[in-house]
Parts: sequence; C-alpha cells; structure tokens
Amino acid sequence: MGYAVEDVSVLVVEDDEIDAIAIKRALFDEGLGNQVVHVVDGIEALECLRGQNGREKLCEPLFVLLDINMPRMNGHEFLSELSGDPALDDTVVFVLTTSDDQRDREAVYEKYADGYILKADLAGDYSTLASMLKNYWAMVAPPS
Amino acid sequence: MGNAMGAQPENVSVLVVDDDDLDAMAVKRALKSVGLNCSYIRARDGIEALEFLRGKNGCERVRKPLLVLLDINMPRLDGHGFLKEISKDLELADTVVFVLTTSNDALDREAAYEKRAAGYIVKSDLGSNYNDLAGLLKDYWNIVSLPS
Repeated sequence: MGYAVEDVSVLVVEDDEIDAIAIKRALFDEGLGNQVVHVVDGIEALECLRGQNGREKLCEPLFVLLDINMPRMNGHEFLSELSGDPALDDTVVFVLTTSDDQRDREAVYEKYADGYILKADLAGDYSTLASMLKNYWAMVAPPS
Repeated sequence: MGNAMGAQPENVSVLVVDDDDLDAMAVKRALKSVGLNCSYIRARDGIEALEFLRGKNGCERVRKPLLVLLDINMPRLDGHGFLKEISKDLELADTVVFVLTTSNDALDREAAYEKRAAGYIVKSDLGSNYNDLAGLLKDYWNIVSLPS
C-alpha cells in the first residue's frame, strides 16, 4: 500500500486566493491537510520542490495540484520544467483549472500530468476531488 | 467538457493489458461490480495493446475516452516498452495509464512514473479483489477530464 494519507504533502499552485482556501479546506476535511503548502505561480512551486530561495524543500511523498493560467510561470511551463529535471520528473501532478480548452488538456497529458480536472465540473465543491485524491494515495505506490 | 459531475457519465473504454487470465477476469468483474459504465477490452501484451489503440492487425480501435490498466511483466513487449512506444507516438502520447503489477521494485516504479504513468498500483496491496481499484477508477473518471 502507498502511504498513510496523513504523511502526504500537497503543493497547491494557484493564484486565486479563494480557490486555494477552498481546496485547502477540502484536503483538510479528508485528512490530507497535514502539510499543505500554497504558492501562487510555477516559479514559487519549483522553489518549494527544490528547496531554493529560502524555501523549505517539500519532501516526498507529495503531489502537486496545479492551476494553468498564472502569472510569471504558468502550468504548462512548470510541467516542462519538471519533465526536464531528472530529480523531479516523476512528481505526481493533478491539473486543476478553469480552462476547458482541448489544447490545454492534450498538452498537459502529453507533459505527464496525472489528471486534468475542470473547476467548473466541481462547482466550487472540492470535497469529491479531495476524496478521490485520498483514495488515490491509499492505493497507489508513489515514485519513491 | 469531459464528464460533467452529477450527469450520467458517458461510456469510458478500459483497456486491460495483462498476460494473466485470472487477473484480467478479476479486474473485469470488479469494474462491473462498482457500476463503472465502461467497455472492457483485454490485451495480453504490449504489442496487442498497441494494435488495439491503433486499430491495427484486425483489432478494433479502442474508442476514446479511455483508461489503460497496464501490467509490467509480459511477453513480447512489456509495460515499460509499451509506455515508451506511446510516449513517442503523437496520437497516443496523451493516453492515461495506470500500472497494475506484482512488482514492487523501486526501479519499476520510478521508470513507470517517468514514462508518464498516472499511478502505480501493486497487486498484492489490493488483497483478494479489485473492487477498491475499480472504485478509484470510477472516482477518477467522474472527476477527471480525459483526452477526447
């Protein structure tokens, strides 16, 4: 079995403050909230994963919840950076976005995202997402 | 839109790639028992799986949206070889693949995630039946918007 869900860290990469709060609350309700780190763009997210620029390095097991449209470094650019970095190319990433653009979806699956989730499908209620993620972690053996 | 929450889910194809008949049958039974509305397709190795995805060699092409459940140790073309093939193929590079294997080898696990597996599941962790796995696939399918 993978890890106990309370041992899993979650990196929420989201520039919308309200969405981030709702996501954090849903993760917490499912017991995934012990270590949730929230950053607002891809650059900060990479700093967390690499422990750079004064940020504490996030340890595995972890997964990333990634928005697409963000300032400075967007979700696509972040995924390209991950797949080009041997230390990070096995990171588990779920994309969570408002974009229903077919090209966005194909691009993220090609760049190794583990799932593409439309915020509109969740209708502001992140509890079903958090519950799926909890089941995912209960069953899946993470990279290392 | 892939699959609006709460709406009647559209049909998803599940391609099970496993050389073990009993395992394949157990997965099929579990998918049915959790009520996942899916078309079940079975391939015995990576080569046959590619034929189903490409609609070649007499295999009817698997319709999207689709999920692949992939064993690692198989004859002819194993799970790693299969993942390598689909990542090189522009038509197939966005395929969502869950690895389902007896191997708990860290090298197998890392290689699978690097080659874009969406999840790596060890068969012995699942116990006597695959209902929990089928339930996860159902939840995943209800929430995630798959390539179409």
